[in-house]
Amino acid sequence: MEYEPSSDQFRTAELGRFPVRHPAATGAEHPPQSPLSVHDLTVAYHRKPVLWDVDFDLPEGKLVGLIGPNGAGKSTLLKAIVGLIPAASGRVTIYGKPYRQQRHLVAYVPQRESVDWEFPVSVLDVVAMGCYGRIGWFKPVRRVHKQAARAALEQVGMQELAGRQISQLSGGQQQRVFLARALAQGARLYLMDEPFAGVDAASEKAIVEILHMLRRSGETVLVVHHDLQTVREYFDYVLLLNMRVVAQGATEAVFTVENLRKTYGGRLTLLEEAAQAMSRPEGAT
Amino acid sequence: MTVLTGKLGLWSCLAAAQEPAPAAFWRILMLRDHNTRVVALGVGCLGLAAGMIGCFLLLRRRALLADALSHATLPGLGLAFILLAGLGGTGKWLPGLLAGAAVSAGLGILCILAILRLTRIQEDAALGVVLSVFFGLGIALAGLIQNLGRGQAAGLTSFIYGKTASMLLSDALAMAAVAGLTGAICAALFKEFMLVCFDPGYARSRGWPVLALDLLMMVLASVVIVIGLQAVGLVLVVALLIIPPAAARFWTQRLPVMFAISAGLGAWGCLVGAGLSAALPRWPSGGIIVVVSGGLFAISLLLGPAGGLLARAMARRRLGRKVARQHLLRALYELTETPPAMQPDKARPKPIRFEQLLGARSWSPARLRRLLATARRAGWVEGPDSDDRWTLTVGGLQAAWQVTRNHRLWELYLIAHADIAPSHVDRDADQVEHVLEPELIARLESELSVRYPELARPPSPHALQVEPADAGDPIETRTCKTPT
Repeated sequence: MEYEPSSDQFRTAELGRFPVRHPAATGAEHPPQSPLSVHDLTVAYHRKPVLWDVDFDLPEGKLVGLIGPNGAGKSTLLKAIVGLIPAASGRVTIYGKPYRQQRHLVAYVPQRESVDWEFPVSVLDVVAMGCYGRIGWFKPVRRVHKQAARAALEQVGMQELAGRQISQLSGGQQQRVFLARALAQGARLYLMDEPFAGVDAASEKAIVEILHMLRRSGETVLVVHHDLQTVREYFDYVLLLNMRVVAQGATEAVFTVENLRKTYGGRLTLLEEAAQAMSRPEGAT
Repeated sequence: MTVLTGKLGLWSCLAAAQEPAPAAFWRILMLRDHNTRVVALGVGCLGLAAGMIGCFLLLRRRALLADALSHATLPGLGLAFILLAGLGGTGKWLPGLLAGAAVSAGLGILCILAILRLTRIQEDAALGVVLSVFFGLGIALAGLIQNLGRGQAAGLTSFIYGKTASMLLSDALAMAAVAGLTGAICAALFKEFMLVCFDPGYARSRGWPVLALDLLMMVLASVVIVIGLQAVGLVLVVALLIIPPAAARFWTQRLPVMFAISAGLGAWGCLVGAGLSAALPRWPSGGIIVVVSGGLFAISLLLGPAGGLLARAMARRRLGRKVARQHLLRALYELTETPPAMQPDKARPKPIRFEQLLGARSWSPARLRRLLATARRAGWVEGPDSDDRWTLTVGGLQAAWQVTRNHRLWELYLIAHADIAPSHVDRDADQVEHVLEPELIARLESELSVRYPELARPPSPHALQVEPADAGDPIETRTCKTPT
């Protein structure tokens, strides 16, 4: 009944025609305490499947890159995990329990294009939205929460812009505001949808620093990422996705030309880019 | 108002055709009549309620949906009228009519949702289809009622175009109750509504019942629409929901303030509009109320400080002046500067000939004279002497140094990081340097200091056409600020 055309278009009713495997039938073993386990997840848009039998577990405390070509279903996967898009089949568990019970452990950072940045709120107002869950129904944002929001802004290096209207921010600053909102929320698992898309060099550096800070404190971060050049540098673990999981594992083992070819298919330009990324020594920028 | 009507010939003719307008206006302004007081209470509360919930409706981009909803009330009104007349009454029992309107509006929404869910038709088309079909059905029913020959169909037209004069005390009290309810719900759920309007996806991922909150907003809007049918009519009631928040957006960047302004503008527009229409009884009040609200919108659009046309024009003008001032200062500095160059902290004011300055940039003599006169008033230059020469003052030199430094920092940055050839960098830097903020300048300094140790006063990376000058006493210039 929700008046939300974008989500209405994901129709579960038409999905009967897809072969649905039962989790038990795959025989896959899922460690019960993984921060994020996705079991045979299938999601479809109209009649076209976007994700098909996606099945993986994330190791705890790692920076994980979610890599794949355009239309591979990377954003859809994140949205399905946090319940924004209904799954046709399969299930998602966070530390062994369904997402509904574990919401407080998960911070979702949507793409920054998903909102209207002309909206009449200040930077601090947006970051304080991360505290709304703690504040609860009907109660206003109090000083404690504003302090928490300020602290989160400081972590992303934007404390001086707290009072600014959000339309006056650069793309990178907008992205950092979204990160600060997630930090203010406080979580064990962070799901970030293209945090590096269209940001300036300074913001990219700031975001990487935040990722490292999260890893140091033992948090798990899943990042949708586009730039193959920086994958080795940024991520400990990668998940190569194109409708299904092509490969997953530690970056040095899995991020290979062969796996990229499987993921990206016949896109030659991307392959060349990937080959270049491969040929350079580890850690080079 | 009285003065206005006295002066406008056409206006007074129109008014005189009905009654002596000035006296009527006065009576209305003073709320002399009981009826006027009832109407004022009713429409004021209606405007308040519409302004409040309209704020969230606008930010949630549901303006068109509200329009479809209001048009979808007409068949319900018609059917209720026929039903009530069939039961033996006159068909004008208000609660029954409004119930019919509400049911049919709800059906309209269901139709839109069904079309979106079951077909590939997009939202705007679905809204258009439902709006026009429901309205058409309503018009057909109205025609049918007229053909029944009861002679009472006039009651229905007042729902289409609005008629405040027929408002009863019970109606006004209902509007006050709706305003109170809307205010209470908006206050209690302010942050929830704000979250849903700003980022519904995030809200849903956090477990907020976005659907229920959206529904609550739509129900509140429907209640306002149904209760407002009488006053402004179903064609225009959406204006009460949309115009006040759209106007309020020009006054502020903060949602709570926008909410208050929107409520105030809504109430004010309705009050003034209803007052005017009471003095002009043959004019449909809906149209007058909306035109008055539209006037408030136009004023906001022009004068509003947050994105109003005047504010933007003034900001552009200020920037233009600042740029011109900085160009003048930099030209003076570069002519004053000491090659070979540009030894750090060794510049001393020296007189510059007007012609020399004129050749530094492409500006007209008249414009340059004006700029120099302004700069002299600001205490940055002295002159002209008998030879038409101008000299930077000590303060002016410091300001000019800062401007020049920013320009060169930016040039260096462009050369180092954007691969722009030194011969082309001047113009690119020219466009950006005027908007550099202190934060950015500090970053430029820190990024460039590794590459250019002589950064205290960066030399120009391209050749300057300046005449040699005497080396002078150093001036400490590092602490001064950019002139703004």
